This record gives sequence, structure tokens and C-alpha cells, in this order.
Amino acid sequence: MTFNRRAFIGTSAALAATLAAPMVRGQGKPRVVVIGGGAGGATAARYIAKDSKGAIDVTLIEPTRRYYTCFFSNLYLGGFKQMEDLGHSYGGLAAGGVNVVHDWAVGVDRAAKSVSLAGGGSVPYDKLILSPGIDFVEGAVEGWDLSAQNAMPHAYKAGSQTELLKAQLMAMPEGGTFAMVAPPNPYRCPPGPYERVSMVAHFLKANNPTAKIIVADPKPKFSKMGLFQEGWADHYEGMVDWIGEDFGGGNVSVDPGAMTVTIDGEVTKVDVANVIPAMKAGRIAELAGVTDGNWAPVNAADMSTKADADVYVLGDASSQGDMPKSGFSANSQAKVCANAVRGALTGSKIFPAKFSNTCWSLIATNDGVKVGATYEATPEKIAKVDGFISQTGESADLRKATYEESEGWYSGITSDMLG
Amino acid sequence: MRLILQRMLAVVGLIVATASTADEFGDPKAGKKVYRKCSGCHQVGEGARHRVGPHLNGIFGRKAASHEGFKYSKAMVRAGDNGLEWHADTLDSFVENPRALTSGTRMSFPGLRKQKDRLDLIAYLRQFSDDPANIPEADPTASPVDHDLDPAILALEGDPEYGEYLSSECKTCHQSSGGDDGIPSIILWPEEDFVIAMHAYKNKKRPHPVMQMMAGRLNEEEIAALAAYFATLDNE
Ligand SMILES: Cc1cc2nc3c(=O)[nH]c(=O)nc-3n(C[C@H](O)[C@H](O)[C@H](O)COP(=O)(O)OP(=O)(O)OC[C@H]3O[C@@H](n4cnc5c(N)ncnc54)[C@H](O)[C@@H]3O)c2cc1C
Repeated sequence: MTFNRRAFIGTSAALAATLAAPMVRGQGKPRVVVIGGGAGGATAARYIAKDSKGAIDVTLIEPTRRYYTCFFSNLYLGGFKQMEDLGHSYGGLAAGGVNVVHDWAVGVDRAAKSVSLAGGGSVPYDKLILSPGIDFVEGAVEGWDLSAQNAMPHAYKAGSQTELLKAQLMAMPEGGTFAMVAPPNPYRCPPGPYERVSMVAHFLKANNPTAKIIVADPKPKFSKMGLFQEGWADHYEGMVDWIGEDFGGGNVSVDPGAMTVTIDGEVTKVDVANVIPAMKAGRIAELAGVTDGNWAPVNAADMSTKADADVYVLGDASSQGDMPKSGFSANSQAKVCANAVRGALTGSKIFPAKFSNTCWSLIATNDGVKVGATYEATPEKIAKVDGFISQTGESADLRKATYEESEGWYSGITSDMLG
Repeated sequence: MRLILQRMLAVVGLIVATASTADEFGDPKAGKKVYRKCSGCHQVGEGARHRVGPHLNGIFGRKAASHEGFKYSKAMVRAGDNGLEWHADTLDSFVENPRALTSGTRMSFPGLRKQKDRLDLIAYLRQFSDDPANIPEADPTASPVDHDLDPAILALEGDPEYGEYLSSECKTCHQSSGGDDGIPSIILWPEEDFVIAMHAYKNKKRPHPVMQMMAGRLNEEEIAALAAYFATLDNE
């Protein structure tokens, strides 16, 4: 999702009509602009509009008309969810008083305090909240760039990429090979690639049981490793070959034309290659000039950027300390930020920051696991306070309850984000 | 259309079939044991009051969602308005799978799979209804909530505004509408029950790692504030 000129030109005529909307504003009300209607941005927009009861003018800029959650997109690959289950409209936010503008933000003028849109207009702000998610680091995997994402999908932004990967998975020849190139830290959803391996294995076990999965990983270990490896041995014996850093998993190149993956010098012809490159903050954060390296450093107390007290960054794009890049984290950070922004603009009471996260993963039917922690704001960073993780060898009943809990969480967070 | 009709008939047939057995086999003594699963939320017997769930006295023949003084889910109110009444057959379907009968109920209970358990439970509950009148009132069985919490903690008055802010952390999982798929509803609980439950997590007496962690760092005022807020949060 780096900026694609063709898409801009193609949609700008249609957008001209909607652009009039953000230029008409309430008289003298403080203005908050949110860029990106995902886990962080949608939550922040909803809470500020809801809690300020009309005292703040909230505009959300988001190009897509439906938000497809990355969370549970692996379950779609495994056949546990349908694509429609993952898509959510912005109607609830609009009904809740948020001015939803379907467009790309293409620039931020921090001196003039305004955001320019791909469709041509600009939107002024008093406080700007960026939650643009991730983009990929160019040249991170030798042989791969965005033009190769059809041959070798990342499926790390949900929607058409996820559907493409599923279609390729379904078209695999009997006994074929599915390769994954896993990303280096830090990246969105630490257990995500390994939950995906589990879901791909689940699908293959039922539909193509002699197929193989190779994972090339630049890391020596990964999130919930013991739990995943136990699950792979129990449910998918002999199917998953995980090649970690110690065995050259970080020394990888791909050839999308020849459909080969080369791991530590060894060339393998594969049928599906899921390349998940190294990540960085969504590009608009860089254009706004609030990044340092790949991410945007923020203050833990309110998620304001180190670069500009009136610009906030939430979720995956931020560099905040100990929290993993997850939807749960982005939602948690958004509430702290919403409270602080509302306080700054209307004088409402600002309560101390509290953060939390729990990530559930599904390994096989009714075999759910979770990891979570609570966090607090310190002057240096968001710091971990306490945590827990599922144990190996848990009973089937507990694992089933954990999976059911994750479904409850999904309903909870999507309605908490989007109303 | 024919298919739908056939399916509906099949469902009706099922209910009728269970109903006839429901009348025949229940053992109230065994049902008293089964009832323990309910007693965390519901009281029954003399002096029974509404807790997390409504009390269950006089339930037979009663229209769903019709006890005074209890805030039911919208779904349950609607079911009552549509004619749902509690009898052996309807209770049997409800207790087997609460959400299958009333999809939006706040009753966070997975259901009793075993038919014998349901029949026994229903026979037990029937003792607390006037109808049939010849069943004598049994001893009070309202189970007091078991805890050893300092009365000073229970007496704390929570600040609902602070509770509203803190609640945003709960609402990532617990829906403010009271929906409860996979994660229990926590709205409209009596404050006392809420405070007792949260302290039980905080003191690691109730098992659940996420809740132990979340409650663990809330102080007494914060728990009281949350209780005050959620006690009045009407389902939107
Ligand atoms: C496979 C997978 C599984 C996952 N599973 C889980 C899970 O189980 N639990 C969990 O908590 N997290 C999970 N995650 C992580 C989660 O999806 C992200 O951490 C979360 O979405 C981050 O929220 P965000 O607001 O930072 O970004 P996003 O949710 O990605 O939202 C960013 C939004 O910004 C918009 N945008 C970008 N640039 C612009 C621009 N210039 N102008 C306007 N709009 C823009 C995009 O269209 C997008 O809608 C998973 C991720 C993946 C990939």
C-alpha cells in the first residue's frame, strides 16, 4: 500500500464530490484529524467523538470503504472464517458523529497544521492522529519488491492479498511445497506468521496431506514458540520444516519468475511463496516527518510524537517501548490517546495511562493459545508490568475455551473500534 | 419454502418430544446439585433476590423477562413480548443452549448437554413456583455469594466517571451492548457481585490469567469505580 499513482488518478474525479465535506466545519470547534481507520485510528476517532459529545470536530481519513481485519485473516486461510466475516463498514463511526472521508492522506504540513489529500483538498487540524499501520522496507528480501506481490503475496495487509494467498494454497499440486519467508523483529503481530503456518498446515492436512511447509526465519526464536512447536508436532507431524537463524534462515533470496526460494545457498522450487518482508511505519508517518528510522517515536503518557506535541502516532507505526504491534495494543493505545487529546482540547479530566494486550492464536480446530501483558507509561517508554502465556500440555477443554474467548474478543474489539 | 417448513416442523417436533419426557423424569434432589451451576448468578427460594441474573421463584407459567426490578437484555424482553413463557419445554430448550433460544441473552452459560441434568434441574426449580400449588415451599436455597472481603471494601462508593474511563480497557473484549459470544457479559451486575468477582481475580482465587492480570493492577477505588459504571450501563 505505498502510494500508487494510478489509483490516485483513477479515483480523484469521484473523490472531488466528497472533498467538499471536510472543508465545511463547525464554528470554532477544536478539530481532530485521524489518518487511517484501522485498529488504532478507528478507535481513537470513535472515542473522541463519543466522549466529547459534539464538542470536538473529528474527521477520519481512510481510503477503503470496508476495513478487513488482519486479525482472524489466518483463520480464513484455515477455513474457519469467511472473507465476509472479516470486513466491517465505517457506517457505525459516521452514525457516531465522525466525519469519515474516503481518501488517501498524501502530505502533512505541520507548520500550517493541515493534511493534504490525494483527491486534491486539504483538511486543517488542531491535533493530528496517525495510525497508518505498516509498509514494507524496500530491498528487505533479495529478489522481492511490491511488483512481485502477486507472484509471491505477503498477505500481511488483509483483503485481496489474503484471498490471493488462499487461492494459491488451494491450487497447490498434490505433495507441493508452501514456503514462507518470515520477517525480522519488530513487525506487526509477533505470533502472526506462526499462526499462519498452523492454519496452512490445517488446510493442507485435510486437502493435500503430502504437501510440505518450509519456513525461512531470520530469527533464532519466535513468539509462543514452545506452544506452536508442540502443536505442529501433535497435529501436523512431519509437515512443517522451520529453518531458524542458526541454520541460515536469514540468508534468503527469492526469484518470483522462476518460483524459487534460496535458503542459505540451497535453491528450492516452490508452489506457493508467502514473503513477509521487514516492516516500517506506514509511509504517511515518514512524510509527516515524525519518524526516526523505520518507526515514529512517541511519548508513553499520551502517544504524542517526540517530534511534534500536536501529532500523535498509534499502533504499528509507533515506536513506544514494550508493547507488541497488535490490534489489541493499537486499540489500547488509542483510548489513552483519545483521553489525552480530549483533555487537551476541552479541559476534560485526563486519567493516568494504562495499557494492555492479549494475542490469541489458533493452532488447530479448538486448539487456541494466548499470551498477554499489562503496561504502564514511564518517562522513557511504555513498560511491561505483568504478563502470562498459555502453557504446553493444557487440557483440550481449556484450549477450546481459549479459542471461544478469542471469538468473543473479535466481536468485542470490532464493535469497540467501529461502533 | 417447503424445506423451511419441514425444518420448522422438525424443530417443533423436537420440543414436543422433550416436553413430554420433561414432565416424566425429573428428580428434584438430583436437580439441586445441578443447580449449583446456576447459583453463582441466580438465587431461588425464600428471600431470593436478583443478582447477576434474576431470581427464579415463581418462574413456571411466567412470561419471559417479566420479573419486576431486573434489567433484562433487549433480546429477552423481545422474546417475552413475542409470547415466550417459561414451562418445562421452553426451560428445557433454553437451558440446553441459552443462545439458541434467545440469541441476544446476557446469560453467559454454555448450556447443559445432558438431558437428565436438565430434567432434574427443571424438577428442582418447579418447587419454587406456585403452580402446581400442591408442591410445598422448600427451604431457602438462595446461596449467599461466598467471599471473605473486608466490608470496608464493599462499602466503597465508586466514581462512575472514572469507571467509564477505566472501562475502555474492559470493552476491548467485553461488549458494552452486553453481547456475550465467548466472553461473558459484565453489564448491569449488582455492584457488590462485581466487586467480589474482581477481588477474587485480584487475589487469584478465581482462575483466569487475563482477568487475574487485569484485576491485579486495579486498586480498590478503581474496582469500585468500574462496578459503579457497569451497574448502570444500559445495553445500547
Ligand atoms: C496475519 C495477521 C494476523 C493478525 N492477528 C492479530 C490478532 O490475532 N490480534 C491482534 O491484536 N492483532 C493481530 N494482527 C495485528 C493487527 O492487525 C495490527 O497490529 C493492527 O491492525 C494495527 O492497527 P493500526 O491502526 O496500527 O493499523 P491498521 O489496522 O493496519 O490500519 C491502518 C489503516 O490506515 C490506512 N492508511 C494507511 N495509509 C494511509 C494514508 N496515507 N491515508 C489514509 N489512510 C491510510 C489503511 O488503509 C488502514 O486501514 C494481525 C496481523 C496480521 C497481518
